[in-house]
Amino acid sequence: MTTSDPVSPRAWRQGVRAGLGASGLVLFCSFLGFGSLVRGSGIGLAAGLVSSATTWALPGQIAMVELYGVGASLLVNGMAVWLTNTRLMPMVITLLPQLTGGGRVSWRHYLIAHVIAITSWAVAMREVPNVPQEQRFCWFAGFAGTLWAISVVATAVGFWLAGSLPGPVTLGLVFLNPCYFFLLFVADWRPRMRLLALLAGGVLGPVLHPVTPDWALLIAGLLGGTLAFFADRLWRRLERRHV
Amino acid sequence: MSDASIWLTLLVAGLVTYFWRWLGVLVGGRIDPNGPLFEWVGCVAYALLAGLTVRMIVLPIGPLQATDLGCRLLAVAAGAAALQASRGNIAAGVGAGVAVLIGLTMAGLRLWG
Repeated sequence: MTTSDPVSPRAWRQGVRAGLGASGLVLFCSFLGFGSLVRGSGIGLAAGLVSSATTWALPGQIAMVELYGVGASLLVNGMAVWLTNTRLMPMVITLLPQLTGGGRVSWRHYLIAHVIAITSWAVAMREVPNVPQEQRFCWFAGFAGTLWAISVVATAVGFWLAGSLPGPVTLGLVFLNPCYFFLLFVADWRPRMRLLALLAGGVLGPVLHPVTPDWALLIAGLLGGTLAFFADRLWRRLERRHV
Repeated sequence: MSDASIWLTLLVAGLVTYFWRWLGVLVGGRIDPNGPLFEWVGCVAYALLAGLTVRMIVLPIGPLQATDLGCRLLAVAAGAAALQASRGNIAAGVGAGVAVLIGLTMAGLRLWG
């Protein structure tokens, strides 16, 4: 078992360069949208920047601003953000061992976990296997750190631009996020177990949403993921039998 | 709305969000990355994100509600086609998808509802 090299400036720079690519552009546009939402909500630029820097999980941030805007209680607001971000736990569990190569948990792991969010996770799950094990931690620190910085800057830019963008551009900015995630999954659906999980979650998510908007996502994840897990095991067993 | 309450709200949002990341580090350090439990957690993560993504496309909240479902589906299909044609270039796919949605919406096309 190898532990990751604590400092590899070259890997870090490569990560930064990766962060300045397509994923950085998509996040920039997504946080432009958040910045303009902050402007409209009246909570002020400073609060918007703090939200992007300290929460850094867009769906939860949007829920926080919108619920605050309609005067929801702190408890309701906190619960909504808490539930929305449940997905972060399985994401950290699956990505972190690939970055660190196992070994003892240290403060660096708790720090890097803050920059694991949907985009950085989905791209890293695709890219990290191509990075040498001992460079992965630094690569991801550069990559996700860049995405994080871009998000904070874009929040400010979106705040200043709010209201001055034409309608179709706003529409495009909002559509960018789901379109990007969808294509990430289309480009990276192997192995079979992952494909089954994507299909199960993709069907259950929208089907459950009208029934229970609050719990749909969590149920889609747990139920869809569990179904995919057992379907894949069953499939494997049948394959073995028919060899 | 008082000024102080937004900062308290931000503090709570930051803490409850980091809670999951913290728990992930804590639990992740105790799971065998090659074992079935790890595989199951991965399935849950992908199912969650797929559920969120498809819901955002099929049943959007916010400005996308004003667009037609058929146009949104055509747009992601165009994105996937551009992704294939460009041999996995995500930026090309996303660009095509967004352009098709804006184009069809501005043309006033309604295929669904």
